[in-house]
Amino acid sequence: MKISEIQKLLNAEVLTCKENLDNDVKSACGSDMMSDVLAYVKDQAVLLTGLVNMQVIRTAEMMDMVCVVFVRNKVPTDEILALAESKNIVVMKTGERMFDACGILYSSGLRQVK
Amino acid sequence: MGEILKLHFDVDGDDFTSAGEASAEVKKKLRLLGYSPETVRRVSIAMYEGEINMVIHAGGGVADVEISEDCIKIVLEDHGPGIENIELAMSEGYSTAADAVRSLGFGAGMGIPNMKRYTDSFNLESTVGVGTKVTLVINT
Ligand SMILES: Nc1ncnc2c1ncn2[C@@H]1O[C@H](COP(=O)(O)OP(=O)(O)O)[C@@H](O)[C@H]1O
Ligand SMILES: [Mg+2]
Repeated sequence: MKISEIQKLLNAEVLTCKENLDNDVKSACGSDMMSDVLAYVKDQAVLLTGLVNMQVIRTAEMMDMVCVVFVRNKVPTDEILALAESKNIVVMKTGERMFDACGILYSSGLRQVK
Repeated sequence: MGEILKLHFDVDGDDFTSAGEASAEVKKKLRLLGYSPETVRRVSIAMYEGEINMVIHAGGGVADVEISEDCIKIVLEDHGPGIENIELAMSEGYSTAADAVRSLGFGAGMGIPNMKRYTDSFNLESTVGVGTKVTLVINT
């Protein structure tokens, strides 16, 4: 699905790289543990997380992810947004909680690559 | 054999926010040099795990990277507390990370296993009270 569809489904606010909203993504994962993302995740394009720090963007960058969704209305700092912008990563925030946000995207066709 | 490009980084142990900058720099360089996405990702993840370890377990250190046509070699060296039981440290799920580190999203005890998984050669030398040296080689 297009990144713009994720934004609509989660009623999310896009905070960086709006020019990438037309890009297609096929897979996603949700975690607050970046260690687990680095160890268990494979080829996921979207990261949903309730953790807010610079290492979330760094982890996404290392894993070649293209979109980070902060759940539960967590507000990333300007520093986090600047890093994401420079790495061409779309950042959005949603009021949905992790379980609901994942469920909404899953039932709309996004999967985790195993 | 072609030429070797050498990069050196000081990894600040007091600043969790800047952790990963060296790995990001290497990733950018490898991309520019035209290495395959697969190679770039393996190097990025392995080095990032090592860089994070130096920050969360050892108070920082240095990273030396050698980039050549055949392989990328990364040496991460610190003067932290060292590792008492290397075999244990290498096993999946083993971590001495404090809760404070876990609340930052790290400390699942999968860093060293992950470094092994993404590299063609992995070597860890450590002496308690002296420091730790991790050598990673990824063949292109
Ligand atoms: N550079 C280091 N200096 C001292 N101890 C280290 C270092 N790297 C790893 N360790 C030890 O090895 C353990 C396992 O490392 P790792 O697999 O990366 O897991 P984690 O970082 O999640 O704890 C750490 O918890 C720590 O006790
Ligand atoms: Mg680690």
